[in-house]
Amino acid sequence: MSLAKHTKTLLVIVAEAALEEFLVRDAGARGAQGWTIGEVQGARLGGLREGRWEADRTIELKLICDGAVADAIAEHVIATYAPHYAVALYFSDVKVLRPERY
Amino acid sequence: MLDVVVYFFLLGVFARLVRSDLRVPEALYETLAIYLLLAIGLKGGIELSRQPLAALAPQVLACMALGFAIPVVLFPLLRVLRLDSADAASVAAHYGSVSVVTFAVASATLAREGIAHESHAALWVAVMEAPGIVAGIVLARRAARGPARTNWRALAHDVLFGKSVLLLIGGLTIGAVAGAAGTAPIKAVFIDPFKGVLALFLLELGLVAGARLAEVRRFGAAVLVVGIGAPPLLALAGAGVGWALGLSTGGVALLATLSASASYIAAPTAMRIAVPEANAALSITAALGITFPFNLVIGIPLYIGLAQRITP
Repeated sequence: MSLAKHTKTLLVIVAEAALEEFLVRDAGARGAQGWTIGEVQGARLGGLREGRWEADRTIELKLICDGAVADAIAEHVIATYAPHYAVALYFSDVKVLRPERY
Repeated sequence: MLDVVVYFFLLGVFARLVRSDLRVPEALYETLAIYLLLAIGLKGGIELSRQPLAALAPQVLACMALGFAIPVVLFPLLRVLRLDSADAASVAAHYGSVSVVTFAVASATLAREGIAHESHAALWVAVMEAPGIVAGIVLARRAARGPARTNWRALAHDVLFGKSVLLLIGGLTIGAVAGAAGTAPIKAVFIDPFKGVLALFLLELGLVAGARLAEVRRFGAAVLVVGIGAPPLLALAGAGVGWALGLSTGGVALLATLSASASYIAAPTAMRIAVPEANAALSITAALGITFPFNLVIGIPLYIGLAQRITP
């Protein structure tokens, strides 16, 4: 018998570390039940974020949730933070075993 | 002659310019920062234990007022340089707040040259960190004329309980409570190796500042004018306040240095949240890419010379 898997949405938000507290708070308020955060480095055209010291760090926030919750979070992030902060986000479908956890 | 720790900074800048693979591990950087803040606080606190706190109130108030006044004075000058109001307020806040490491290098230089200074000067650093940031935010909000969006409670929490003020005040308190005798057992860790640790930290800051140098071209002449022009002007103001307070020669030099220094840790973080429309790279390039090296290499000897001229 194969394992029962359920489809959820993985929303990844890459943003300036200064936003960490706000992103976590806002995601929680929109129904995200959990998240993972890691520090990353990267660059895009015209903007290198090496994370060489504390005022220059970048985080990657991963959220697995229902598609509607991911959409609500992404919409809020784009409207609130994207105009003035370095923010990138993307979605993908993932399979989970215990859907009620997400 | 430059203090030996400044050569470590220059080595860091050089390493960056020649694209060396040298990197100070993140965890070490964090450890060094915690160590320096605590050690500076402790050293000042030990001296605090020897004098009545009430006598220091005028100094504390004057330092806070100075920190608040610097952005207010700088803001219109920055607007003349055609910075928009958010950028001008953000840059002004960086200069209103202070650089702990610049202070540490100035103290080390004074000690090497045998110039006495108020040993509780770390207290000035602690109280000068926040007022400039507050003034910068007020300036940005007034200029924006929009609805007040600043969450002052959250901001006050971040500034007052942020790493730098917490560790400085914490160290000052521990030093004041424990006194010279109480802190004697930890002297071998917190007092004696201080300068070596400072040198290592400056190596890392050199690497970071070297990276900002490349940004100077992007912002043009304005950032150079601010980065090099502001420190001597602000040092004059600080020296004047120090002189009026009746500080020693070293004390006047330290207050001039603090006034001339720009924050590159507390202010960028606070301003990023409070004034998101400001260009963070502009402020950091001026504060860390230009002013910090300028103060280390040219400014500090200049401010010490100024203090020697105006004090008896």
